[in-house]
Amino acid sequence: MTRTMWDSSVGKKTVMAVSGLIMLAYLVVHMLGNLKIFFGSDEFNSYAHWLRTLGEPFLHYEWALWIIRVVLVAAVVAHAISAYQLSRRDIRARPTKYVHKKPRASYATRTMRWGGIILGLFIVWHILDLTTGTVHPDGFQAGHPYQNVIDTFSTWYGNVIYIAAVLALGLHIRHGFWSAAHTLGVGSRRRDRAFKAIANVLALVLTVGFISVPVGVMTGVVS
Amino acid sequence: MKLTLRVWRQQNADADGAMSTYEVDGISADMSFLEMLDTLNEELILKGEDPVAFDHDCREGICGACSLVINGDAHGPERTTSCQLHMRSFKDGDTIDVEPWRASAFPVVKDLVVDRSAFDRIIQAGGYVTAPTGAAPEAHATPVPKPDADFAFEHAECIGCGACVAACPNGAAMLFTSAKVNHLNVLPQGAPERETRVLDMVAQMDEEGFGGCTLTGECATACPKGIPLVSITGMNKEWLRATRKAGKR
Repeated sequence: MTRTMWDSSVGKKTVMAVSGLIMLAYLVVHMLGNLKIFFGSDEFNSYAHWLRTLGEPFLHYEWALWIIRVVLVAAVVAHAISAYQLSRRDIRARPTKYVHKKPRASYATRTMRWGGIILGLFIVWHILDLTTGTVHPDGFQAGHPYQNVIDTFSTWYGNVIYIAAVLALGLHIRHGFWSAAHTLGVGSRRRDRAFKAIANVLALVLTVGFISVPVGVMTGVVS
Repeated sequence: MKLTLRVWRQQNADADGAMSTYEVDGISADMSFLEMLDTLNEELILKGEDPVAFDHDCREGICGACSLVINGDAHGPERTTSCQLHMRSFKDGDTIDVEPWRASAFPVVKDLVVDRSAFDRIIQAGGYVTAPTGAAPEAHATPVPKPDADFAFEHAECIGCGACVAACPNGAAMLFTSAKVNHLNVLPQGAPERETRVLDMVAQMDEEGFGGCTLTGECATACPKGIPLVSITGMNKEWLRATRKAGKR
């Protein structure tokens, strides 16, 4: 069964849909957690610490976090590899372009590939910035995420990279969520409008939710 | 009407092609697009030039032979086949670009003619029902619920012209294949091969070098028979169901 899944273009698209939905579910939780920053440094920092003690005493310290990280890395890798292989196939299938070109498809649809690459690069920077602190400005302090977030969004490039990536994310989700419904065979003519609406709402809520943090720091609401 | 045509000319499959410009005069608004090309070809023959090769057969929109990308649209600006497109859709003095279907699975044979036998091989992989032939069976022997019959008929309308592939930015044959799969899989006559049909047809589709679906919706917009985009959703569902069942065996 696994062979058939991975060997088929339809199966690979299923892998993309499922891994995409896993990442989307994570992002909803991640965005809601980020909003705790508006309740002050104590609440945000203790929330961040709680993430490490999550599942105790059944799980050891940080195990829940590591399980989530492993699942997410697997989802990102599966999503990226299938996207790469499917894109290669798509480009090979249409080697000659039409002489008479017309603007096609929506912006969200056309930017899926480049948007995905941008998001992949962003994830690397985001982890190096706020998880490991490798590229963090002003000395990274482990255990003080509130201050770290403020440091990042006190630099112009931190804001630019983050906001650009979140906008790309919104577009990606707008087409991606609706596509996943059809790839998994749950879409239908009757439900199509509903899925489009859910995709738009998810894209909008996540974009606004994530962007509210750098905007909060820039406007001084978070300091 | 006087028109300027820019037509893809390619001597054979191996030759390099290019757009050639022709002027045609005396075109009536009531002519079909193919009749307009006939007019051009008559002039070219009189001048001793090679006429433009293009596929056509029934010229009444049911055979799926005609295959022209007109001004970047498969079958041109109207939602119909090239043969049922009339010159009233254009204005006097227009410049019209005519190109062949573009997909690596549909290689150009000459000018505007492409080889669509990849579609035949997809059909051979599963687009049939195994039934004894002979006299027509008794109509009441196999009851088909009306909604199922309508669903099957909607998909059976596919004429296999390949406009979906031509319009798709990925050169995917998903809409064609899904029309065939949905048409036969919903009917009791197609039930014995329900799983093998979708698995084999999708595998053949991949084998032929068609691209995959990215849900751009271009195929359904171009389809002269109005096969809906959700047809692909239906095939994905059938494929996943068949894969699950195959895994259990």
